[in-house]
Amino acid sequence: MLNPKIPTGPLEKKWTNYKDHCKLVNPANKRKLEIIVIGTGLAGASAAASLAELGYKVKSFCFQDSPRRAHSIAAQGGINAAKNYQNDGDSVYRLFYDTIKGGDYRSRESNTYRLAEVSANIIDQCVAQGVPFAREYGGLLSNRSFGGVQVQRTFYAAGQTGQQLLIGAYQALERQIALGAVEMYSRHEMLDIVVIDGKARGVIVRNLITGELERYFGHAVVLCSGGYGNVFYLSTNAMGSNVTAAWKAHKRGAYFGNPCYTQIHPTCIPVTGDHQSKLTLMSESLRNDGRIWVPKKQGDNRKGNEIPEEERDYYLERRYPAFGNLVPRDVASRAAKERCDAGYGVGTSKQAVFLDFSDAIKRYGRIECGKLGNHHPDAEEIRHHGMEVVKEKYGNLFDMYEKITGENPYEVPMRIYPAVHYTMGGLWVDYELMTTVPGLYALGECNFSDHGANRLGASALMQGLADGYFVIPYTIGNYLADEIRTPATPTTHPAFEEAEKAVAERINILMNIKGAHTTESFHKRLGKIMWDKCGMARNSAGLKEAISEIKNLKEEFWKNLRIPGEIKEMNPELDKAQRVADFIELAELVCMDALAREESCGGHFREEYQTADGEALRNDDRFMFVSAWEFKNGNGWEMHKEELKYEEVKPTQRSYK
Amino acid sequence: MEHYTMNLTLKVWRQKNSASNGRFETLEVKNISSEMSFLEMFDVLNERLVNEGKDPVAFDHDCREGICGMCSMYINGRPHGPWHGTTTCQLHMRAFKDGDTIVVEPWRANAFPVIKDLMVDRTAFDRIIQAGGYISVNTGNAVDGNAIPIERYKAEKSFAAAACIGCGACVAACKNSSAMLFTAAKVSHLALLPQGDPERKTRALNMIAQMDKEGFGSCTNTGACEAVCPKEISIDYIARLNSEYVSAAFLQDEEKE
Ligand SMILES: Cc1cc2nc3c(=O)[nH]c(=O)nc-3n(C[C@H](O)[C@H](O)[C@H](O)COP(=O)(O)OP(=O)(O)OC[C@H]3O[C@@H](n4cnc5c(N)ncnc54)[C@H](O)[C@@H]3O)c2cc1C
Ligand code: SF4
Ligand code: FES
Repeated sequence: MLNPKIPTGPLEKKWTNYKDHCKLVNPANKRKLEIIVIGTGLAGASAAASLAELGYKVKSFCFQDSPRRAHSIAAQGGINAAKNYQNDGDSVYRLFYDTIKGGDYRSRESNTYRLAEVSANIIDQCVAQGVPFAREYGGLLSNRSFGGVQVQRTFYAAGQTGQQLLIGAYQALERQIALGAVEMYSRHEMLDIVVIDGKARGVIVRNLITGELERYFGHAVVLCSGGYGNVFYLSTNAMGSNVTAAWKAHKRGAYFGNPCYTQIHPTCIPVTGDHQSKLTLMSESLRNDGRIWVPKKQGDNRKGNEIPEEERDYYLERRYPAFGNLVPRDVASRAAKERCDAGYGVGTSKQAVFLDFSDAIKRYGRIECGKLGNHHPDAEEIRHHGMEVVKEKYGNLFDMYEKITGENPYEVPMRIYPAVHYTMGGLWVDYELMTTVPGLYALGECNFSDHGANRLGASALMQGLADGYFVIPYTIGNYLADEIRTPATPTTHPAFEEAEKAVAERINILMNIKGAHTTESFHKRLGKIMWDKCGMARNSAGLKEAISEIKNLKEEFWKNLRIPGEIKEMNPELDKAQRVADFIELAELVCMDALAREESCGGHFREEYQTADGEALRNDDRFMFVSAWEFKNGNGWEMHKEELKYEEVKPTQRSYK
Repeated sequence: MEHYTMNLTLKVWRQKNSASNGRFETLEVKNISSEMSFLEMFDVLNERLVNEGKDPVAFDHDCREGICGMCSMYINGRPHGPWHGTTTCQLHMRAFKDGDTIVVEPWRANAFPVIKDLMVDRTAFDRIIQAGGYISVNTGNAVDGNAIPIERYKAEKSFAAAACIGCGACVAACKNSSAMLFTAAKVSHLALLPQGDPERKTRALNMIAQMDKEGFGSCTNTGACEAVCPKEISIDYIARLNSEYVSAAFLQDEEKE
């Protein structure tokens, strides 16, 4: 059994106790300690800035041309915090409880509680930085609802919340760069971790402009490299999002936690053809006002707005009256798949359902007309005013939908379908966010820690910033306090030599395959295997097939890949090939984990394990644990377990009915 | 929406690296669906080039949702192409018709040197932010979020400025290669909020000084930037920056006295 090093004491005191007793590093010593931070998303930028503010010497890396472009920028809907500004009964406990329940009782209580506990500070910090959150007329902060909860605790900045939060963290980071406290390396990709005497001591990175390999030393290494959703090829993630940093860490001894927990988001723009390179999310916030439905008749080819009310099946409201359209993501996604598989899907592909705002437009229109003293408005007046409200709330998302599909969602209902979105799995970390390699930390989406088997909407941004602003500044000190006498290791050390040589060799091998197929074609094939056999519904036979298909694909990849160009130049095809090589290895582990977990929980749905009405059926007796996989060089993987102990919450069958 | 396919002629800027000279290359693409995005059309082209043993066209992109600001193509004489308020990645092929010729170039500005083909170096923007595009508040120093109410109208104006994605289209569109719209957006975002007030003066002065140092040109108010900005950042913010700058310069003189 793995030890997560959870502090003792009652749940609500653990973090305070920890902070009161963890070791500290004095300011003079901080200046001598170097920290490497990989990634500049919400987790990385907030960590790098905060650690530099404390006085550590920080080096920060990202593969984009600027830290401001990390994938966090794309988050739309919002960020949760237990502020209870709405006076609707919210509290730290409720946010904690909703997150645990939303995660289908597969997360670690102590981490989730800490997340809820620091959530309020995040909002304060962001406001102080100038993040322009949405506000009410009185000048106070505004909130909206998100899935899986019954209070309004989501803070937002139109449909650009991630952008605004990241710009806040980015500006804090740039300030530290200007002060000389952070050295920034953009267009640099980390390709290995250097481990010396069992501790993480540095990284090997490739300068993407020149193609040169470079070595950097750190007393500790903090990975904030994001999620691995692109293992499915098509996802809502940015094109560059990848698992490489986490995977290299895994191969150097960091266990990988719950790889099979992947989140499929219910509301994305459907696939249109083979050319499709990514999928676009339509924020969950739309489910506040949009109603999801399919025709009651199978194979109904009429346009959405031509189908009369009585011939529509609002299946979420029908099946889940208590939460309706705001059920958690895993539930909403499976319900959409169920309807489409049963022949009720819409659009040319029949792999879509409607998300309809006509009722919201009417409802808001009447309210607005009432405010204007117009108590007998005609349909046109109602529509006009209603559209204005909807436009103000969701305008940028509606525009985005129209640009992509060419359809006007104010006129016809949106067509949506589930798509891969987020990965709850990731590097296993203990309470201090340290991986199984001492001195190597994982923050944000690249760790497995807080969301169990399903993440609630607006909680990833919260976690990224909690980890970076409020957790790592304390926990890393507890480790570095014992490192103050460790001088910087020169990067001529044999461990650096060996790591760089291995990276160079691998690149050489890839470049010299000179086969027939592009990286893209392999990635697409990998995605298809994963989506078909390890997607929204999984079963034992399919997973076994997937594993053998992935093994074959891997062999073919290393025999028949074609990469154009040179090593020592800007070569995006080479960058991509290295990432896809790692995705292929990861894919096998994801399927193995899915096969081993003989239960359904959250986003992991095994067809063999479901209730009579098709809900996920957990098996708490056998699977109340985190699976943490150890890489056994050349010999597959060994599974370790972290037992999940619920002291505060009593796991029950999740119900949103 | 009717879908159709098209054959196109592309004239694409090819440049091996920042040290070499570039030139246009003419490339044909066939069977492009009107449902594809502009970058997906480039994916199709690049797949073919790799299959033919040729060097694919390098271009910057990441989110493909119009928010990261990474994509940057100068299409038929216009940054981000023909659609108003749209990034390159959100431009879709139904903007074109069968038989069209499309000219694609990188952003052109001294402060944005070409790295390869359609990729340029925009780190100058980061350095403008470093010069003062932030509020100096360390983690943990914040008061309660609702302790500072902000008029909704000001919050919205600030948000509209903060919507800038740092793509650089404004620079690429400007005959002077001025970075005023980008800089004005940041200065306004922060100046409109009470939290940003204490550093207003130095921020405007230092960011403009950095802008000049990076080699961006001066602003002659042609409005080309606003016309191409994918986030429709208003040129009014430039007026705001100018007044921030003038009053800051004035105050600075006063303080010296
Ligand atoms: C479309 C979309 C909308 C979303 N909306 C919401 C929302 O409304 N609310 C919410 O809470 N969550 C949302 N999420 C989820 C959330 O955005 C992410 O989980 C979160 O932003 C991840 O942040 P991060 O800091 O962990 O990683 P990222 O933001 O992904 O950053 C990863 C960083 O690591 C760097 N990196 C990666 N690998 C390497 C390497 N090998 N070398 C060097 N650098 C590397 C990258 O350059 C980047 O800087 C959304 C996600 C998507 C896809
Ligand atoms: S002002 Fe507009 S065009 Fe200029 S960088 Fe910002 S978003 Fe791009
Ligand atoms: S790729 Fe992100 S804005 Fe175009």
